Amino acid sequence: MKRTFWALTLLALVSACSDKPQTASPPKNDTAPYQGTGKAFVESGWKQGDKASWESHLKARSQYGQNDYTRIN
Amino acid sequence: MARMKFICDAERCIECNGCVTACKNEHEVPWGVNRRRVVTLNDGVPGEKSISVACMHCSDAPCMAVCPVNCFYRTDEGVVLHDKDVCIGCGYCSYACPFGAPQFPSQGTFGVRGKMDKCTFCAGGPEANGSQAEFEKYGRNRLAEGKLPVCAEMCATKALIAGDGDVVADIFRNRVVSRGKGAEVWGWGTAYGSKQAGQPSANAQAGAKS
Repeated sequence: MKRTFWALTLLALVSACSDKPQTASPPKNDTAPYQGTGKAFVESGWKQGDKASWESHLKARSQYGQNDYTRIN
Repeated sequence: MARMKFICDAERCIECNGCVTACKNEHEVPWGVNRRRVVTLNDGVPGEKSISVACMHCSDAPCMAVCPVNCFYRTDEGVVLHDKDVCIGCGYCSYACPFGAPQFPSQGTFGVRGKMDKCTFCAGGPEANGSQAEFEKYGRNRLAEGKLPVCAEMCATKALIAGDGDVVADIFRNRVVSRGKGAEVWGWGTAYGSKQAGQPSANAQAGAKS
């Protein structure tokens, strides 16, 4: 009885020294940006979830907002 | 759609730091972390040039290659992002990056390095698009709102351009042809592998290997 008690106590003490398992996890899957945020605060006229529409709106935005030669001339 | 890219036109940048401020404000980036900054080359010398630098979302990103926990991933649009839940803050990416993009918050006991933070091309992270969790870790997800990075969109002189690689290259080409100078794009070759940056040609590389 005494021997079992000491064995269990020793086991409990030693278990505290054991290393926690470390497993590397890959990055979580990201949602594509054309899926949208589901909120109203987005580029106007774009249908969320429509990839072609997202691409065309983004291209138009980059041309209009950044290409001052086409805006001025 | 081609890959998303940044171009900084050194002929136009006036070192106003508006892009830096806009980025910090949009993403509520903490003190000590600068996702974007303006660097002046030959400061004080006549003909000095300024450029706005952040993560260039490289085609063959060195940060991705050296990360020991593989926390980086590339989206279909070519944006290099990372998962802060996987990052261990080792700093290898910081040593590998040619642009000094990875940033580490310095708060905490004994100056411990926290999770790496960098420009996301305003594309957030792996959390749900536009969620509070995504905003707190990575900032706003403007791409999912159908918008471009705020640094480029608010640039007063349009020195910094961002977006589809074909579109931004076309805009820049148009400018160079119109003004007849300033064709050098700082960092473009390093990030996207252009031969314009003085990289050896394919023939020279083949010769060196044989």
